[in-house]
Amino acid sequence: MSSLAVPGTEPTAGTAGGTVRRPARRRRIAPLPTLTLLLGAVYCLLPVAWVVIASTKSGSELFSTFTFWPGTGFAGNLADLAAYRDGVYWRWMGNSALYAGLGALLSTCVSAISGHALAVYRFRGREALFNVLLAGVLMPPVILAVPQYLLLAQAGLTDSHLSVLLPQILSPYGVYLARIYATAAVPADVVEAARMDGAGEWRIFTRVALPMMLPGLVTVFLFQFVAVWNNFLLPYIMLSDDEKFPITLGLHTLLEQGANTPALYTLVITGAFLAVLPLVALFLVVQRFWSLDLLSGAVKS
Amino acid sequence: MKSPAHRGRAGRAPYLFLVPATALFVLFFALPIGYALWLSLRKVRVSGLGLGSGAREEVWAGLENYTGALSDSELLHGALRVLGYGCIVVPVMLGLALLFALMLDSERVRLAPFTRLAIFLPYAIPGVVAALLWGFLYLPDVSPLYYVLDALGLPQPDLLDGGPLYLALANIAVWGGTGFNMIVIYTALRAVPAEVYEAAKLDGATPLQIALRIKIPMVAPSLVLTFFFSVIATLQVFSEPTTLKPLTNSVSTTWSPLMKVYQDAFGNGDIHAAAAQATLIALATLVLSFGFLRAVNRRDRQETAR
Repeated sequence: MSSLAVPGTEPTAGTAGGTVRRPARRRRIAPLPTLTLLLGAVYCLLPVAWVVIASTKSGSELFSTFTFWPGTGFAGNLADLAAYRDGVYWRWMGNSALYAGLGALLSTCVSAISGHALAVYRFRGREALFNVLLAGVLMPPVILAVPQYLLLAQAGLTDSHLSVLLPQILSPYGVYLARIYATAAVPADVVEAARMDGAGEWRIFTRVALPMMLPGLVTVFLFQFVAVWNNFLLPYIMLSDDEKFPITLGLHTLLEQGANTPALYTLVITGAFLAVLPLVALFLVVQRFWSLDLLSGAVKS
Repeated sequence: MKSPAHRGRAGRAPYLFLVPATALFVLFFALPIGYALWLSLRKVRVSGLGLGSGAREEVWAGLENYTGALSDSELLHGALRVLGYGCIVVPVMLGLALLFALMLDSERVRLAPFTRLAIFLPYAIPGVVAALLWGFLYLPDVSPLYYVLDALGLPQPDLLDGGPLYLALANIAVWGGTGFNMIVIYTALRAVPAEVYEAAKLDGATPLQIALRIKIPMVAPSLVLTFFFSVIATLQVFSEPTTLKPLTNSVSTTWSPLMKVYQDAFGNGDIHAAAAQATLIALATLVLSFGFLRAVNRRDRQETAR
């Protein structure tokens, strides 16, 4: 096989051996794929680059200087943003961190234990239960959010932190991912061996299965963190007190006020820039030891 | 070592482990859906002038709210708008995602890790912030696009009105969604064993032929999956038009069906009409997505039968 494959390869790749799919390290670059990907990267980075630069401009520079030329007003914009309504912006950031952080943590716990139960045990009603949980993915958030609001209103919980936190704990996709990871990562004979040693089922889950599932659970956490951080509809429906707003809703109200007063534009832009930072930083840090492929349920990379 | 008591504990364990998920499902999925269905079959009857405590009472409405929703021209127009929007978003987004995935998977490509991360980056940006960033890029006063058009003396279209508004909104969704779908398709591509390509290469197939004849059919299941989720997400578009609304008069409060539901529920206080509309949207989503899945499955079965 190896000797047959060589004539098809480039002469410069004479040192590359074996039938690996991409013969290691050839000199020539394929121009078309590289160029296409670079264009895609430019398209995706353009608005981000714009907001980075626009956030450095003072109010007057925003409308007078060339878009991609940095301004001198970043410190001023930050100070204005911090001063806006006694620093309500930082409240929004803190709220988002609370909703997304705590919400994703609880969601990961529920997904882990459910995925473990669905993967490791055979019991009556397993598939039916799994399918019902998964069907939740298909439910449009609005058919849920409006009655959720009404039901929580009867419990006196609307316009509270809990009203945004609670409905987002169960993530059907998280349960689905956790089940895949548990199936792949927790061997049946290891569970059986632990049982022989007299370990209880709870102990098997926390001491044996959980550490094995951990890399996959990082993905569930990230997925749910992003989903909650980016959610707009639910807090939009649940909350009216802007002290409890997450960052998405806060920026939206800021823009609504800013539409009539262009002086607020710089605040919106600087606020948008700062709102993008945490998640981008999270992904840049995490991708060093975590593969994007895990997001689609790939078990081996 | 297995005592009956032990086995009994294991028998109960999976059910106990699934209690939290089941409880949350009942409280925040099943109960709200049931409540919405119940509300959609009720209405408020106002007697007299509608004053006093007994003047407004909830009564059975049958399918009245549904017939009302189906003959509501605002809802119909919203649905048509979203259909037009979806016809742009879904093909363009999935086409780009497939293209980028194939390019990432091609040989001798450079800068793949960097470009992959860059194209994925918008996934981490909230829809509201994405709409806000693009919204500013569409505004003549601050946009670099208009700066360039102005410098070149070219005509400057209004991106936030009429037909271009659809493109402007579609662009936001495409920008935000391409990266995630690209990752899903790329993961599927990498799972294809190398031997599959070797034979084709020996037969002298070009990379384009390999992409069209082998790679795309091999990742068809993940294309179906991404299509399925894209359609569901598109039908429920809400935050992007809601965010652009302050920047233009062309986005009404009922631009998309979901915005109409919100408007009826909280703007007009007609929770019963809103519940009926939400139910119809959910039904349309389920019918569209399962109809598509069935069509795909039938074609698959025919092909394997052949």
